[in-house]
Amino acid sequence: MKLYMKYVGIHIRSMMQYKISFLFTSIGQFLVSFNVFLGIVFMFKRFSNVESFTYSECLMCFSIVLLAFSFAECFFRGFDEFASMIGNGEFDRIMIRPRGLIFQVISSKLELTRIGRIVQAIVMFCYAVSKSQIHWNLYRIITVILMIAGGTVIFAGVFIIYASLCFFTLDGLEFMNVFTDGAREYGKYPINVYGKNVLRLCTYIIPFALFQYYPFLYLCGKSNQVSLGMLPMLGTLFIIPCSGLWRLGIRHYQSTGS
Amino acid sequence: MKKYLSFFRMRFINGFQYRIAALAGIITQFVWGMMEILMFRAFYRANPSAFPMEFSALSSYVWFQQAFLALFMTWFWEKELFESIKTGNIAYELCRPVDIYSMWFVRGIANRASKAILRCIPILLTGYLLPSPYRLVLPDHLSVFVLFLMSMLLGFLVVVAYGMIIYGLTFYTVNPMGIRMVSQSLAEFLSGAVIPLPFLPDKIRAVVELLPFAAMQNVPFRIYSQDISGSDIYQAMLLQVIWLIILVTVGKIIMNKALGSLTVQGG
Repeated sequence: MKLYMKYVGIHIRSMMQYKISFLFTSIGQFLVSFNVFLGIVFMFKRFSNVESFTYSECLMCFSIVLLAFSFAECFFRGFDEFASMIGNGEFDRIMIRPRGLIFQVISSKLELTRIGRIVQAIVMFCYAVSKSQIHWNLYRIITVILMIAGGTVIFAGVFIIYASLCFFTLDGLEFMNVFTDGAREYGKYPINVYGKNVLRLCTYIIPFALFQYYPFLYLCGKSNQVSLGMLPMLGTLFIIPCSGLWRLGIRHYQSTGS
Repeated sequence: MKKYLSFFRMRFINGFQYRIAALAGIITQFVWGMMEILMFRAFYRANPSAFPMEFSALSSYVWFQQAFLALFMTWFWEKELFESIKTGNIAYELCRPVDIYSMWFVRGIANRASKAILRCIPILLTGYLLPSPYRLVLPDHLSVFVLFLMSMLLGFLVVVAYGMIIYGLTFYTVNPMGIRMVSQSLAEFLSGAVIPLPFLPDKIRAVVELLPFAAMQNVPFRIYSQDISGSDIYQAMLLQVIWLIILVTVGKIIMNKALGSLTVQGG
């Protein structure tokens, strides 16, 4: 942990060498997801609800997904650029160091510029909370925390899968974008909006719905089952097959680069 | 002219080398398109009368958007160009006996076109084979199709010209990340890539439709789905031409000014 903080310190210092650029990039990040927010606003101006979810409910849903994604991205960004790490042989250097591999990949890159996105997610979350008519109680508060934490873990799992596949393909797969950026983008509406098949896929294959749709039903009072709110914990089990794939990848790894 | 043509060919062949990447891209875009349509379907179900265009027109719009993403995405940058400004390799380019604006312009066209040509056909074909409200429909008249092609070419050039302005501005800031992100997200929303422009409230839409961003993908795709028809087509296309001229002129001025007082970075 102490070592990780040291890494964080180095990243922050190196980033502060370019202060203006850091500021601009953060603003840029902020704007990118702001587009999605504007999209939601204008869609609901025209249509007052979708699948019986209202504007404030969707906003709540989106901000939770965005928060989970930004946290995962902030800390697990190293996996996202893993393809280049394998490509230029950097990973060989990592393997000879006496520390955990996952740990080193994580700390090799820390995207503080994602702070723009986190800030936006927090602002939106506060706005959504103030606008929503949720009857808060202890269970609901726990549910929100679980949703964000569970979402972070699941997104982290997806990032790990993405990196693991690089062992086999040696190149990033654009297809995985569907599950990273795509999930963030389409997580703005509760998943059942996309129909039953997509919901099923997101329940059993990649458990996005476990931290988004089902607990959200409980959160906004569409269902009274407290157990739904606890589902994100089940979703975190997703990390197990992901790390399995990672180990398989390492065993399969052959060095590239020079 | 000949040197630009051969440069175009070189870039084009280069773009064709990545076929597997293209396949992955095609699948990705297909999934994105499908999700987009499913989302709009949910809104359509909620209140069909508030839907500003025919649902089938929307489906065509989405499929075209995915098929020609490479032509119109404003977030597609050529890292090499930024790198050459940052590392100083630009000095080599300046030594060549070609106009740098034209060369980069051609380069942008070639890169995007080679990407789009590889990707568009499978997506268009699959979109066409889907069941009824989700499928890509063919236009009723050939004239619509011809106008669509012309307008798409114009829109494409507007996108490249817009990109050139951003490359030009990069000369003034060493790290281009910020300008890039601000300009691309602005363009993305205002060009109708997030939600088609007809979904905006009428007052906002009236203003947005006059901006250069609306001259990008908005006009051709809506001509195709016959959301814009009659004399509105000519008006919209005239606007495209005007914006193209303005953007190219501004881009050239910025570039020339920047090159006049250029400090080459690095050694």
